[in-house]
Amino acid sequence: MIRFGQVYKRYPGGHEALQDVSFDIAKGEMAYLTGHSGAGKSTLLRLVAAIERPTSGSVLINGQNIRSIKREAIPALRRNIGLIFQDHKLLFDRNAFDNVLLPLQIGGFDHREAAKRVRAALDKVGLMSREKANPVALSGGEQQRLCIARAIVTRPDILLADEPTGNLDAEYSGEILNIFNSFHQVGVTLLISTHDQSVLQRFPARALHLDHGVLQQGGAT
Amino acid sequence: MLREHLHVLQTTLSRLWLTPGASLLNMTIIGIALSLPVGAYVLLQSVQQLAATVADAPQISAFLDAGKRDAELSALKDRLESNERIAKVEFVSRDSALQQLQQSTGVSDMIGDLPHNPLPDTFIIYPKVTDTEAMEALYQDLQSWKQFDHVQLDSAWIKKLDALLNLGRLATAMLATTLSLALIAITFNTIRLQILTRRDEIEVTKLIGASDSFIRRPFLYFGLLQGLTGGLVAWLLVSASLWLLNASLVNLTQLYARDFQLQPLSIPDSLTLFVFSGYLGWLGAWFSVSQHLWQIEPR
Repeated sequence: MIRFGQVYKRYPGGHEALQDVSFDIAKGEMAYLTGHSGAGKSTLLRLVAAIERPTSGSVLINGQNIRSIKREAIPALRRNIGLIFQDHKLLFDRNAFDNVLLPLQIGGFDHREAAKRVRAALDKVGLMSREKANPVALSGGEQQRLCIARAIVTRPDILLADEPTGNLDAEYSGEILNIFNSFHQVGVTLLISTHDQSVLQRFPARALHLDHGVLQQGGAT
Repeated sequence: MLREHLHVLQTTLSRLWLTPGASLLNMTIIGIALSLPVGAYVLLQSVQQLAATVADAPQISAFLDAGKRDAELSALKDRLESNERIAKVEFVSRDSALQQLQQSTGVSDMIGDLPHNPLPDTFIIYPKVTDTEAMEALYQDLQSWKQFDHVQLDSAWIKKLDALLNLGRLATAMLATTLSLALIAITFNTIRLQILTRRDEIEVTKLIGASDSFIRRPFLYFGLLQGLTGGLVAWLLVSASLWLLNASLVNLTQLYARDFQLQPLSIPDSLTLFVFSGYLGWLGAWFSVSQHLWQIEPR
């Protein structure tokens, strides 16, 4: 599902964010991405979501190479990837329901079907009763869960989460990891970046460990 | 698909509501800008119509010295009719001319006071030739006939008016072009500001997988709506001005006993105005979106 082959990412100015990174994540697999901050975790996730392109090497997402993908093909690729951001990236000019509705509007879903799916997604993350609330009025944990609801509402094949438990206490992190685990159960491919070792202990899975842009561990499948 | 567009329309309308002051200001500016060429066009149309009712075919009036006998007159008429450049000759006696004058222009009160009929006998000559040069030649020729006191080419002032109208049309077209560009510029800038304030939203929707056309759509709708409402404002401004002008024209035309009214915008002209203003707004939005949207990429 996600296949990196000798990927290098060099930023202008000569900073090597990723060096010779190769790994393969199978369909339905759950994997962690670990490493200190600045190790290249975010860069790696951005390559998967085609927010950036590799300097060299190949990034294959569902068979499509990010290095050579046409600009017009990127939206369709992203619609199949649920993105969960550390800073949530919620829109504060609309309520929780409409935030989750947005990906379905983009996908051109029928209104009634879309409303059903939004409620199902909100229910899944435990925000059913907060659908009318503005994201601003939600706590950090609730905002994170709302972001997850938005990422899963289109039922994508891949979920990418950038430090989803970063700013949360243990109880909230546990809830969120439970949600991720339930997606893993139904065959969604997950890649979760984290620097929190306790997460790995609670839901053990393969960990890709990055150190200064070099993959130290977990490269082999 | 239709539902999608309706939804975008609804969102766009709510965006217009969100900044009522700015939206109203923009619509008014666009409306005023458009009302200038539209108003000029309407005035030209009315003057042109007036000119058309006054002058059908060009004609030459030949006024005779007083005191011609009937035999002389019919000989003169025969001589005119035999000229191959003349299609038709009409004789208007001084008495019937006076009658006509009394009937037509509402100066009858004045004429009643005249001690004697001041009008001469007249031949109205309809030339076969129509082009200006041949007409001029015929006119020169007739002028040299000693039987005529005065010869007048009646189309001359129509030609001058036509030339003036053409000038007016050109000026209106230039005005319309300039102000259309202004409309595009206004929309361009409005949309540019909107894109800047919605930067986060655009970034997020791009990350979620929105295509360019999905992101572009509400902005294009906004431009279209703003242009359209601007056109509506222009229509209202022009219609109100015409109404006011016509009200005072009534007083003026009563003095001349002529029924002259400025024509309101016809339905096809109104529709053209709306389509055109809407299209220009859309175009301005399109330029703006293509210029600015690609610069916003998720970081």
